Amino acid sequence: MNNYQVNENGYYGDFGGAYIPEMLYPNIEYLRQHYLNIMHEPAFQAEFQQLLRDYVGRPSPLFLAERLSEKYGTTVYLKREDLNHTGAHKINNTVGQILLAERLGKKRIIAETGAGQHGVATATVCALKGIECVVYMGEVDIERQAPNVARMKMMGATVIPATSGSKTLKDATNEAMRDWINNPLDTHYIIGSVVGPHPYPDMVARFQSVISEETRKQLQEKTGSETPDYVLACVGGGSNAMGMFYHFLDDEQVKLIAIEAAGKGVDSGESAATTLLGKEGVLHGSRSILMQTPDGQVVEPYSISAGLDYPGIGPQHAHLFKVKRAEYVSITDEEAMQAGLLCARLEGIIPAIESAHALAYLEKMNFTGKETVVVCLSGRGDKDLATYMKFFDL
Amino acid sequence: MPVNRLNELFARKNGPLLSIYFTAGYPEIDSTLKIAEALEKAGADFLEIGFPYSDPLADGPVIQQSSQKALENGMTVELLFEQLKDLRKRLTIPVLLMGYFNPVLQYGVEKFCKSCADAGVEGVIVPDLPMYEYEGMYKDCFSNNGVTNIFLITPQTSDERIRKIDQLSKGFIYLLSSSSTTGKNLALNDEAEHYFSRIREMNLNNPTMIGFGISDRESFRKAAEYTRGAIVGSAFVRILGEDNYLEKIDGFIRNLKSND
Ligand SMILES: Cc1ncc(COP(=O)(O)O)c(C=O)c1O
Repeated sequence: MNNYQVNENGYYGDFGGAYIPEMLYPNIEYLRQHYLNIMHEPAFQAEFQQLLRDYVGRPSPLFLAERLSEKYGTTVYLKREDLNHTGAHKINNTVGQILLAERLGKKRIIAETGAGQHGVATATVCALKGIECVVYMGEVDIERQAPNVARMKMMGATVIPATSGSKTLKDATNEAMRDWINNPLDTHYIIGSVVGPHPYPDMVARFQSVISEETRKQLQEKTGSETPDYVLACVGGGSNAMGMFYHFLDDEQVKLIAIEAAGKGVDSGESAATTLLGKEGVLHGSRSILMQTPDGQVVEPYSISAGLDYPGIGPQHAHLFKVKRAEYVSITDEEAMQAGLLCARLEGIIPAIESAHALAYLEKMNFTGKETVVVCLSGRGDKDLATYMKFFDL
Repeated sequence: MPVNRLNELFARKNGPLLSIYFTAGYPEIDSTLKIAEALEKAGADFLEIGFPYSDPLADGPVIQQSSQKALENGMTVELLFEQLKDLRKRLTIPVLLMGYFNPVLQYGVEKFCKSCADAGVEGVIVPDLPMYEYEGMYKDCFSNNGVTNIFLITPQTSDERIRKIDQLSKGFIYLLSSSSTTGKNLALNDEAEHYFSRIREMNLNNPTMIGFGISDRESFRKAAEYTRGAIVGSAFVRILGEDNYLEKIDGFIRNLKSND
């Protein structure tokens, strides 16, 4: 059997590792030594499961989208992460990490955020646990995601603008790492995707793996088989996709499709299609695939969706791409927006623009009519209403 | 193998050593060697020349801004080595390059080490290249070219790990006065002094230098009580942002090193 999981040195094939300055080493090493033990403690599991159920609202439904199925001539299920508390899959990870942070004895939480979904999900669990919360957010994103900034503040988080570099997600991540370097003892950094130094990619993937764990059970009930033919998910850093793929990785017949943001087109110079445009490199503590200049400077990506606007992907994705276990494709702004509108009109569900990228790929596939397709609806579109209205002149 | 000016310096010189960090290509694209020469003339004992990166996550605002400006000016690793062709015609003190791993990886680690050797650069400091990766993948590139890799340690680094770093090091060990990004002022508190004493008592094979947060005569002198000397970065880079910066270098160095 192929191994798609991390090895004991923190690598997925050629990717991963912990490329961090010495200042972060003690924290990362401590986390590496303890995360699995803590996650496997019965008391941890009991509290985690209880919060996922009673606070997040899990299991999230697997919804048979009949009118989309009819349109595409096959069977399409939507995994409804949009129905989670705070409106996206991000909360699965923050609930897990806050419980971990408590057990590590940390008194202060920091996080980075792009669209604000991870920032909101972090502020939420910090309010729940009464722990101080500081969220770094690019100055540019603070402007384009004002409602999420307000939500974080309402829940008592401090939102600090990242004013360095390009003032978006990657700079917010740099600022969070700098904060951690300066506050190594009392602070835990809740990274929002399957990126960063080992063990973060593995830890976040495990917390998000509840998505595919539930999907298998739900498919069994609905179709008589635990496995679908296709699984689709959008990729920014890759956490909803990793959660959606996780329990299907070893079922080689299940085709996994990861959808990246092409922005204004992969050749337009304004894109976030990392696997197409990137090369192997090191950013934010791991070796992965990265959009960069020939000189190794990180290139600022572009997508209409702030959550996909990241120049890298998690190392496990880089590995799945390289060994061809998953297929990596891309969808433009225009295609995603049209798919978002279509989902609203046919199913009465307004998806996050990130998730609309995954939906848009249905349009590009050829079906015989007999397939079962699961699309991860990673979040709801409330945060994107202004963008939808402007785009469609609604 | 090139004569290691760095080892020679540590062996020969009595009294505190002063190393200065500055970013290549800042404030002007061709200011790199001019600044280096002025520093040697003013009495700096060795230099750390930074090659800029878009995402310098161990750096505070001053060095971040110098890196950003250097990149806007067009600085690249390739161009830096081009500029350093005449290094050994113009400078005698040891020179290290300092920067993040991704630009090195893209240039090619092997080629990078070779270019260092060709230019007469003694060593490199790459904060985000950890010991495990260095040892497993790159150590031979460095040693085959006679280029030394300088490791950082912080107050949180365990004794066991310090011993390991000491074994792998040739040159000196870079002591951070506290876990921090660059450009904060050194806190001369009991905790820091306790840490410096602890390291001194470990009797390491390599000499140590204190860096990050050394900004003036007082902090330099304090650092030198416990180690072979100190590295000044942000406080110097700040001068480079001022008018007539070349003329101010001499005074800056003399002030740092003066005894009264
Ligand atoms: C709804 C939604 N989907 C997807 C993403 C992208 O993140 P990831 O690739 O980690 O799932 C985000 C990020 O903000 C998001 O808010």
